[in-house]
Amino acid sequence: MAANQTEIRYLGEMKNQESESLSIFRRIKDNALKAGVAILLILAMSFIALPVVSLFLKSPLDTTLRSLHDPMVIDALRLSLMTSTLTTAVVVIMGTPIAYVSARFNYFGKEIADTLIDLPVIMPPAVAGIALLMAFGRMGIVGHYLNAFGISIAFTTLAVIMAQVFVSSPFYIRQARTSFEDVDLAYENAARTLGASRLYAFFTVILPIACNGLVSGAIMAFARSLGEFGATIMFAGNFQGRTQTMPLAIYTALQGDLDAALCISLILVVISFAVIALVKTLTKRSRKNAGN
Amino acid sequence: MLEIDIGKRLRDYELEVELSVAEGEILMLVGDNGCGKTTLLNLVAGLLDPDAGRIALNGKALYDSDLKINIPSEARNVGYVFQSYALFPNMSVYDNVAFGLRTRHLPRSEIESMVKDHLQAAGLWEIRKARAANISGGQKQRVALARALIIDPGLLLLDEPLSALDVRKQAAMRRDLRESIHACHVPCIIVTHDLRDVACIGDRACLLEKGKIAMTGGPDDVMSWGAITAATEQHCVAASGEIVETNET
Repeated sequence: MAANQTEIRYLGEMKNQESESLSIFRRIKDNALKAGVAILLILAMSFIALPVVSLFLKSPLDTTLRSLHDPMVIDALRLSLMTSTLTTAVVVIMGTPIAYVSARFNYFGKEIADTLIDLPVIMPPAVAGIALLMAFGRMGIVGHYLNAFGISIAFTTLAVIMAQVFVSSPFYIRQARTSFEDVDLAYENAARTLGASRLYAFFTVILPIACNGLVSGAIMAFARSLGEFGATIMFAGNFQGRTQTMPLAIYTALQGDLDAALCISLILVVISFAVIALVKTLTKRSRKNAGN
Repeated sequence: MLEIDIGKRLRDYELEVELSVAEGEILMLVGDNGCGKTTLLNLVAGLLDPDAGRIALNGKALYDSDLKINIPSEARNVGYVFQSYALFPNMSVYDNVAFGLRTRHLPRSEIESMVKDHLQAAGLWEIRKARAANISGGQKQRVALARALIIDPGLLLLDEPLSALDVRKQAAMRRDLRESIHACHVPCIIVTHDLRDVACIGDRACLLEKGKIAMTGGPDDVMSWGAITAATEQHCVAASGEIVETNET
């Protein structure tokens, strides 16, 4: 009897030891997993943050402020802001009806139209530049006829805007389409039964509800225009004051004046942060509206 | 008098409805989910087009396939209360109710006095400045009804107007709804799943089955329609369950 009891106690102790070692093993496994994920996250964050931080560290404040008076920097900043603003206006005016029709109606060839709208997102910008040159350049399919009337588009400020519209329009149209799709059709139907025409219902009901999404799409398109390089250099060239936007100026300055290149880069980084903050705020407000 | 005689091919069946609703009469439309009740309301409101047939209000054709008449929804003067109420979330309670008057380009002073009258009558004047999205379910229902009634409609369509309310509010609302609708003295069609709505609000009831009217009778007859009793009771239970859940969350 006593031997049996000792055996049972011994077995119990064995079990306790086993479960203790199991729980220690599980804890080590959990902690290792957590540590692994943390290291991965730190590495990924560092990969993005380090180059941005380096930009700030390598640009002394006095030289950056001095570069701000450089004519090339001023010209590039002025041209970039002007062309990006005009591009955004064109994209919003043309893209809003397209996005609304795409969100609400089915029509013949809709799939093809949607694919074409999305194409510039995937197409390499340099290819977009060559494509624009082949269409609107002096010897291009349309440009050839325009040239006969003395109209030349390539290598002008208009070409910069066209290149920017080409690459940035999908960013706005895709966001706008999603925003319109999120607006319940019942609102439009209710407006119509209350005597509103489709146009009146669009401007008084649909547009205000989708507004935050549209603004966030427009900001994304503005940011994409501001950073556009490949299509612009191919189709519009690199002429200071006429077609040399900020990314092109960075490329040019890098070959001689590093301070100017850093100064323009810093301006673009600050704008990028502002854009992300704005889009995040608007997306939050948009979600809040949709939740109601 | 509203006269409907229309046909429309839907995905799973053919909707073929022939019915009439007299001035001041409330017709309750009951039936299973997907039997075509809301589609019928949308066809009458002009939000969908029938394939063929005729819809006439007081002898005037709203839709006539033979005469090629199809009055657009905005010109039909229909008061429509949607199942979700569809109150414009970007507007205040006041602006929601005033919307139908603004589309009619009425003078501002007239709009103000009419909206004030309707909001006061519905007990909504105090919350006139609140965003439509931020008010309770019962208030939303009253705003939606006020918005539909203020345009002095020639016809009223209500799609499950009480389904979003809790059971206690439904009982009070039924009485108010019946009084408000009768005061308008226009034909009215109400879609519902709840037999209590049929008994308390309706003057007549129609059972719709796969796009066809299977039975017609008075509110008292509905209780004897064994076929639908089970179905609608199920919906009642399901609906009550949803309401309880909503209250809890």
